Parts: sequence; structure tokens; C-alpha cells
Amino acid sequence: MLFDNLLSIVTFIPLIGAAIMALFLRGDDEAAQANAKWLALAATTASFLASLFLLTGFDASNPDFQFVEESDWILGLTYKMGVDGISILFVMLTTFLMPIVILSCWEVTHRVKEYMIAFLILETLMLGVFCALDLVLFYLFFEGGLIPMFLIIGIWGGKERIYASFKFFLYTFFGSVLMLVAMIAMYVDAGTTDIAALLNHNFSSEVLDVWGFTIIGGLQTLLWLAFFASFAVKMPMWPVHTWLPDAHVQAPTAGSVVLAAILLKMGGYGFLRFSLPMFPVASDLLSDFVLWMSAIAIVYTSLVALMQEDMKKLIAYSSVAHMGFVTAGIFAANQQGLDGAIFQMISHGFISGALFLCVGVIYDRMHTREIDAYGGLVNRMPAYALVFMLFTMANVGLPGTSGFVGEFLTLVGMFQANTWVAAVATTGVIFSAAYALWLYRRVVMGDLIKESLKSITDMTTRERWIFAPLIVMTILLGVYPALVIDIISPSVSALLGGYETALADHAAQSMVAANGGGN
Amino acid sequence: MATIILFSPLIGALICGFGWKFIGEKAAQWTATGFLFLACFLSWIVFLSFNGETQQIQILRWIESGSLSSDWAIRLDRLTAIMLIVITTVSALVHLYSFGYMAHDENFDDAKESYRPRFFAYLSFFTFAMLMLVTADNLVQMFFGWEGVGLASYLLIGFYFRKPSANAAAIKAFVVNRVGDFGFALGIFAIFFMVDSIKFDDIFAAAPELATAKINFLWTEWNAIEVICVLLFIGAMGKSAQFILHTWLPDAMEGPTPVSALIHAATMVTAGVFLVCRMSPLMEFAPLATNFIVIIGAVTAIFAATVGLVQNDIKRVIAYSTCSQLGYMFVAAGIGVYSVAMFHLLTHAFFKAMLFLGAGSVIHGVHHEQDMRNYGGLRHKMPKTFWAMMIGTLAITGVGIPLLYIGFPVGFAGFVSKDAIIESAFAATDPAARFAFWSLVIAALFTSFYSWRLMFMTFYGEARGDKHTHEHAHDSPTSMLVPLGVLAIGAIFAGMVWYKPFFGSEEAVDKFFGVSKAEEHAQVMMIGAAHAATETADDGHGEAKDDHEAVAAVPGQGALYRAPDNHVLHDAHYVPVWVKLSPFFAMLIGFLTAYQFYIRRPDWPGRLAANQQILYQFLLNKWYVDEIYDFLFIKPAMWLGRFLWKKGDGNVIDGFLNGVAMGIVPFFTRLAGRAQSGYIFTYAFWMVIGIVFLVSWMTLAGGAE
Repeated sequence: MLFDNLLSIVTFIPLIGAAIMALFLRGDDEAAQANAKWLALAATTASFLASLFLLTGFDASNPDFQFVEESDWILGLTYKMGVDGISILFVMLTTFLMPIVILSCWEVTHRVKEYMIAFLILETLMLGVFCALDLVLFYLFFEGGLIPMFLIIGIWGGKERIYASFKFFLYTFFGSVLMLVAMIAMYVDAGTTDIAALLNHNFSSEVLDVWGFTIIGGLQTLLWLAFFASFAVKMPMWPVHTWLPDAHVQAPTAGSVVLAAILLKMGGYGFLRFSLPMFPVASDLLSDFVLWMSAIAIVYTSLVALMQEDMKKLIAYSSVAHMGFVTAGIFAANQQGLDGAIFQMISHGFISGALFLCVGVIYDRMHTREIDAYGGLVNRMPAYALVFMLFTMANVGLPGTSGFVGEFLTLVGMFQANTWVAAVATTGVIFSAAYALWLYRRVVMGDLIKESLKSITDMTTRERWIFAPLIVMTILLGVYPALVIDIISPSVSALLGGYETALADHAAQSMVAANGGGN
Repeated sequence: MATIILFSPLIGALICGFGWKFIGEKAAQWTATGFLFLACFLSWIVFLSFNGETQQIQILRWIESGSLSSDWAIRLDRLTAIMLIVITTVSALVHLYSFGYMAHDENFDDAKESYRPRFFAYLSFFTFAMLMLVTADNLVQMFFGWEGVGLASYLLIGFYFRKPSANAAAIKAFVVNRVGDFGFALGIFAIFFMVDSIKFDDIFAAAPELATAKINFLWTEWNAIEVICVLLFIGAMGKSAQFILHTWLPDAMEGPTPVSALIHAATMVTAGVFLVCRMSPLMEFAPLATNFIVIIGAVTAIFAATVGLVQNDIKRVIAYSTCSQLGYMFVAAGIGVYSVAMFHLLTHAFFKAMLFLGAGSVIHGVHHEQDMRNYGGLRHKMPKTFWAMMIGTLAITGVGIPLLYIGFPVGFAGFVSKDAIIESAFAATDPAARFAFWSLVIAALFTSFYSWRLMFMTFYGEARGDKHTHEHAHDSPTSMLVPLGVLAIGAIFAGMVWYKPFFGSEEAVDKFFGVSKAEEHAQVMMIGAAHAATETADDGHGEAKDDHEAVAAVPGQGALYRAPDNHVLHDAHYVPVWVKLSPFFAMLIGFLTAYQFYIRRPDWPGRLAANQQILYQFLLNKWYVDEIYDFLFIKPAMWLGRFLWKKGDGNVIDGFLNGVAMGIVPFFTRLAGRAQSGYIFTYAFWMVIGIVFLVSWMTLAGGAE
């Protein structure tokens, strides 16, 4: 292997960049701003290039953790990192998108240095979430990520940024407190914080009585619920999604991109890493509950999206709907569902990121996100119209784009788990077409009548280069999804194998218990 | 060769769409058209040299997940071959036609805007997607083509992007199609759930088992194959604009006329029929689903024909006519004579494309006037267009010499194929088919009426419109007339030439569709099996012989499947004479009525409309289906969306959380004041400290354990 600690290198390059910037970069003149941007771009690009070694060195046929690093850390804690087929693509997604994100805020002039530092720290923390193989480490990264995002919204956001950032914080913090309690309980029960070990630990699923309530699935159910509280907020799932539209609307473009493309995926990743494999009995018990929540989310938020007057809010609601496919796919608990869920998250990273960038392009010109302020842009911005059309179509899941593969596979998975849920969720394809095309029509189509738009200019070269990689990925993954599925499939199979064994064991045990009771 | 056919339109579209800036507009148009003619030429070679043996060509892996596996692959059998020539021929001609039709367009500023390369690129892209649809060897790839043509249709209907009505129609087309796709998608999921594969070969092989299998779908247990077939048919209803999901097709006429000819008449809208025929091995085992298809087809045929009677927009008349003719095809497919459905699909492609292109030629000649009330007397102004339209009308109304048979029936294309459907509908004796028979005969009468009405209003009588326009009305340029000429040949002869292999006799049909070959193959195998059986057991021979009888055809071998007990195709040749004559007389009555109404007594239509105001308004407003949908679906969806947003998200969820957070909110407001000025960093700092504290506590607590 090329480097023993490649994962750490990938993860901490941005942090080092941030440190250099904080320590050595002085002043706020134009030169200093340019330096900050270039430095940030260099750091994120370096991290991306390093992560390419990760991808080439990754053995997809091996479902175990790879690139594992382990060493002692402060306070008797362990520093352990590693990736498997489930997490490596999230790492790649993050390193791939961050240079684009940095490029997208090239025109920012307000406190540029701090802005860049915030994004670089955020990148390290996000990468850490996907790589951490120790509970405490995971928790630090997971919650730490809140802070830079909170700052990005709170300092560089729109008019209502304070309300939005506190709403964002309040929601996620509530979930994470419960998760922390659960983590402590896990440590108490298993005696280790090593995630790899915890994956093999059998958490008790014996029926518990707590204050007179009978809890089927016992400890597993309690732990599951605590984790669920945190991940469901992050996803976000209905009905704890209302922070997202506000956060998106107030966040600066780059913040929205990171939020939609990467931060939301942490919830889904959490379900895959913790809920499903560690608490299989509870997952099985509660899967119908999650499936229904997801189906409701898809229909509910799609309908709400239909009526939005703010472009970002519309796309935010559409994101919630798309995350509904993810949660439903995960808790369908079969190969297609899980493959589809992961694929959908990766693909949504590109598509939603691109859509927020699309909004950013015209926001930078007109300083409004109101749909009614636009109309007929195609007359003056043909290239923009083409790009926006492509991602609109990807968003509605047109076959040939990556959006289709994820939706299709999750729905196939859902159908095997629950036909009602599949039928309700499939209506999402109708609604998504309605809201996405209607948005497109109101913004891009029609005659250019509004006086304010008469001098609007098409995308600049920089903007075109930002979209180019996203376009390539969206179509490439739509035409040849094996690029992704080949990597995730073995790990997903292994996960499912363990999941089903655990369920079978549980069923056998209950049978024995029942028979024992009978005797 | 099939691969070249498939990809040349895509290459053409890409070069034309993205490369026109470098090679110039004219060259871009010629490139797209050239690639299409290449595809067309090769398609005819494939069609004529095709031997009936199904071929498969893998291109690339596509979606693979667990046991689900689908490739980009080409399946070439007779069904595909037929669709290949239909698609590429009409498309190539439409490309050529568009040179003339799109030469000037009042919706664009010729000097400044380059709309032509965009138009040609869309057309070529559509052709590619349509070819993907028909060459697919699995359901997901078919779905790719299915949605791809939907996208192309959306783009082309909304081609005049400045017109609000065009934009609305484009969205409507896409969304209504998505309703159909909803069914199609569920059908695919159900098939995968039952068969564990989405490849046609596997699905067809599993058909007999599916026929007895049960599936738990929604609230109860169903027969698996019936559910699957109905779901797939819902997809077909959307794409082929069948009653309930037909509303988008008339509105789709907002697109340029060549688009209407290619997409909304000859090719895309027939995809549903193709789907049902493709799925014939399943359909044959699903009697209830096919009955449903027959009824929907029959209702559409007659519904659309009634609406067509009173429309005034020339393109809308033809659009409803298309809708109605598609109903005919579905009836044929539903009663189990798939070859006849394909026959009508083929002939219809010729004469309907011809009618649309003819209408386009008229519209082009009178400065984009589409209201037939402003036409009249154009026969001498545009004689070539007139004759083209005349041939198209003779074909669609089904003019021919009844009961004459000289190795084939003598008549225009529509006469041969439509009569084949009506006779088959009579031969299939179940109640649904009988209902369909009468519907189709009446619909034939209406068809004849509205087609002749169109002819008379446009070409005969006094010029009613703007005098200036009429005086300057002119025939179209050669590039538009040549396609009309080619299609005319098809509209006249297609029926007579291909009568045998599509309908003539069971043997010819089986041979043409490669079923007999498969049968031989199966028999060889059975004989082998029989030998094996006799070797092991003495009494095995008799059993094997029974099997031999039953094996008449195996689902999935050859392009079409006909169950052993399906004798409709055979019986259709022995229907009573009055049945054979009925469509002819229906046509005659329709013609005479139209003649009476629009040539002899042109005042009658107005008086009748005035007398029967309610009926007239009902038909003119298309049975108020759009209004009903607006009331039932669109308004409630919008209301619900707003309600969930304002009340659900706003009052209930946020309200609840605000209530919970009531104690903290004042704190936030205070903080908010300070946060403006950079104190937010202080807050963040405390947050970090808090987390560190929590973690340490946790470690220590854990350590104590």
C-alpha cells in the first residue's frame, strides 16, 4: 500500500489548509482574499487527488473495512478509521464536490478567509464521519459538523439567517443528545467503542419493561429509537424536516450545496452503519413504520413543493422527498433497496448540488430567489437553460440520468417489502414531474417580459466549469451505474447476510423461549 | 447493423444539437437528416432480410443489483423489425419535410435565433429514444426509451417556448404520461417480484407459471398475471392516449406539425400498442386484463371519434382521429390478434403521418391558420396537397372493394387493416369483443364523417377566411411534397402488400413472426424428450404425445405468442358476409352524411348544432374531461399542497416545536441580537466546549464500568 494512513491524509488535508490560512494569512484586501480562495481550492483538490488513491487501492470484492488505522488517543480513547463499500463512495462524493463548492463561492467578498476556513473544517469533519470506526470519534465528527454549518448559515446567510440557523441547530441537537445517551448505553453493554466490534456484538432483544411499558425488542428497540431520532432529523424525514427548507433558503449557495449534497447523507449513512446492522431485530420490528414515514414524506413534501414560491425552498422540499426514497430503500432491507438507497444518496449529491448551484447562478445576478421574479430566461441564457433542464430531468428521475437508477432500485426494493408503500411512493414520480417542470417553465420558459431581466447574461466560463463535472457524473452514472454498484454491492450483501442471520437467530430464540414457556 | 441503426440518430442529434455552431445551420440539418436516412435504409434491409429468428446483441451492462440484472442490449425480432421501418421511414421523411416547413417560423426571429438545429436535434433524439424503446430486450431499457420519447415529446410540444399554451401542453403531456408510467413502473416491480428477472426471455418463459401464481398487491391477493398485465396496460394507456389518460394528445398539437406527424401520430403514441404486443406471451394468459384492454380500446375509438366530429382546428380533428385509431389497435391486441394490431399500426403510420404532413402543408400554405372555418376552396390553390390529403382520407376511411379477393383484398391500406380488426372483433365471441365490434363499426362511420368533413371544409366550397390569405395560398415546396408522395405509396399499397403475413392466414402469420420456426425447434426438442421418455418407461410414449400437442407454441419463442385455444385469427376469416360489409357501409354512410352537410347543404351543421346545443357543447368540450380532471385532481392537489405547507409544516409541526422550545426562544432572540456582530463565534466555542465535556464525562463514566 502506498501510504499507511491514507485515510487520515485525505481527511485532514483540508484541516491543515484551514490551519495554514488561520495562522499565516493576514489582511482582508483583495490579494488576501484571492490567496484564501486559491489555498482552499488547493487543499480541497489535494484531498480529492489523495482520495483517488483510496479508490484505486480499494478492493471492491472485499466487504470488510479497508485502509484501517488504529492508534491510541487522548483520554484513553482510540483513534480508528477505515472504509468499506458502504462508506468509501461518500468519502469520494465529499472530496469530489468540495473543490466545486469552493469554486462556486469565488465571488464572495464578505469575510472570505473565515468562509474558506469554515468550509475546510467542515470538509474534514464530514470526511471523518464517513471514516470513523470508533463511536466517540464518530460522535465528535458528526456533531462537530454542526458548528461550521451553523456558522456558514448564521454569518453568510440571508435575512432570516439567525432564525434558520437556530432552528437547524435546535432540531439536530435534540436528536444528537439522544444519540449520545444511546452511545453510552452501547459502551456499557458491549464494553467497547470500536464500531467494527460493535457490529459483531449482539445487543439484547429480550422484552423489557420500562415504567410499566412493555418494549418489544428490548434494548435494541431503545437504542434504535435514540439513533433514529438523530438520523431522522439529519436526513431529514417527515415530520422533522421543517428545518431544512428554512436552512436552505437562508444559507449561501455553497452552504446549500454542502447541506443538500453531503450533510443530509450522514443520516442515511448512520442508518446503514448503525441502525440496520447493530439493531437488526429492532429494525425489522420498526421497518414498516419507517417505510410508511418515507412514503408519507414523498407524497407530502412533493405536494408542498408544488406550491412553493421560492426556488430554494422548492428544491429543499424536493430533497426531502428524494430522501424518502432513501429511507424506504434502507428499511426495505433487501439488496435492491440498499443498493438503490446508497446509489440514490450519491446521485442526489450531484443532482441537488447542481440544482442549488443553478439557483445560485441566477441569484448572483438578480439577488432574488422568488420564482415570480423570473421567466423567459432561455431567451438570454440558452446554456443555462440547457444545464437547468438536464438537472431538472435528473431530478425527476429520467432514465439515462443517475436519478433514475436510485429511484428505480429503491422502488423495486420497496415493492418486495410492502406493495402499498411502493405504490404510494411511486406516485412521487408523477408529483416530481409536476413540480420540477412547473418550476422550470416559470423560470426559464416563456417570453422575456420583465424589464429587470432584459440585460441578464448567460453563464460565465467559471460557472460552466463548475457544472461540467456534475453533468458528466450524472450522465455517466445513469448510463453505467455499475461504476457505483460494483463497489457497494459486496458490502451490502455482507450487511444483509448478517442482518438476516441475526433475525433468524432471534426467531429461533423466541421459538425456544415460547416452547420453554409452554413446557 | 442493428447497432448502427440504433445509434446513428443519436450521433446525428448530438452533432446537430451541439455542433451547429461549428459546422453551420444548414450542414447540421443535413447531418441529422443524413444519419436518419442511413438508419432508414439499413432498417429496410433488416426488415426485408429478416428470417424470423430472434437475435440478441449485448452492448453494455446497465443496472445490476443482486438478482436484478439488465443490460443495454438489442433484441431483434419481427416486432422490432416492423417498428424499425415504421420509425425510421416516417422520421426520415419528417426530417426532410421539416426543411420546408421550418424554413420560416413566425415564432422566432429568423435573423437572430437559430431554432432549426434545435428542432432537428430534438427530432433525431426522439428517433433514438423510440428505437431504444422498440429494440429493448428487457423492461427497464424499454422504460428508458419510454421516458426518453416522453422527454422528446415534452421538448417538441414546448418548442415554441414563448407561447404559454405550448408550455402548458408540454407539461401536461409529460405529467399525464407519468401517470401511465406509474402503472408501467409498478408492473415492472411486480414482474421482478414474481419472476426475479426483467429480461423478456425470462419473463416469457415464466408466463405459464405466472398464470396460476398469486400476488399480494395492495389490499388483497390477486392473480399475478392479471395484475401485471393491467399495470403494464396503464402505462400503454398513457403513452397511447387511451380514454382516461388521453387528454394530453389533443393539446400536444401545440407543437410544430412535423412533430405531430412523427411523434403524435405515427410512432410514439403507438408505443403502447407495441408494448401490449411485445407482452403477448403474458397477455394470452390474462383474460380479464385483455378484456379490460378491449373495452378501453373500444371506448376510446368511439369517444375520440365523437369528439372529432365537431372540432374546428384541423390538427385537433386529426389528433382525435389518431386517438380513435389507437383504440382500434388496442381492441385487436386485446382480443388476441396481435399481428392485426401491428398491421393497423403499420398502415396507420403511413396514412396518418400523411394526413398530418398534408395538414401541415395546408397550414404552411395559408400562413399558419389552423381553423378549418377559415379554409374552403383550397383545392385549386394547392392541388398536390389536395391529392395527398385525398389519398390519406381514402385510406383512413377505409375505401376499397368489399368481398373482392385476388390473393389479397383490394383497397387502400386502412381498408384492409381496419376491416381485419373489425372482423376479428366479431370472431372473438366474448361480450367485451362484441361490444367492441359494434363500437368499432359505429366509430368507422364517425371516422368517415369527420375525415370527409375535414376534406370538404378545407378544399371545397367557398373560401371563408381572410381574402388576402386565400389569394396567396400556395402549394408547398418540393422538400415537403416528396415525403407526401412517398407516404402516399404506403397509404395505398401497404395494406394489400402485407395482407398475408399480418392477417392472411395463420401459417403465413406464424412464419412471418418467427413462431413456426420456434415451433419446429420446440418439436424437435419434444421429440428428443419423447424418445428419452420411451426409453425409461413403456407407457411414457402416450404422455409425450399429449405434450407434443400442447407445445403448439412456447411463450417467448418468435415475436408473438398465441395461446393454443386462441382461434380468433383463424375464425376471423369465416365471419358472415354482413360483418365483412359493415365497415364498408359505415364508411359510405359517413361519407354521404358529410357530403350532405358540407357540400349540398352547408347550413345544416350550424342548425343542427343550434338545435342540439347540449350535445354539441358536450362534444365540442371533449366530454368535459379536462374540466373534470381540473376539478378532481389539479385543484385539490394544489389546495392540499398549500394546506400541508401552511398548516401542516407551519402551524402543526413548527407550532408544536415552538411550543416545546418556548423556554428557549427568548434566549435565542436575545442571542440573535448579539450574533449579528460576531458573538456567534463565542457561541460556537461554547458548543465545542460542551461537546468535549460530554465526551469526557462519557469516557469517565464508561471507564468506571
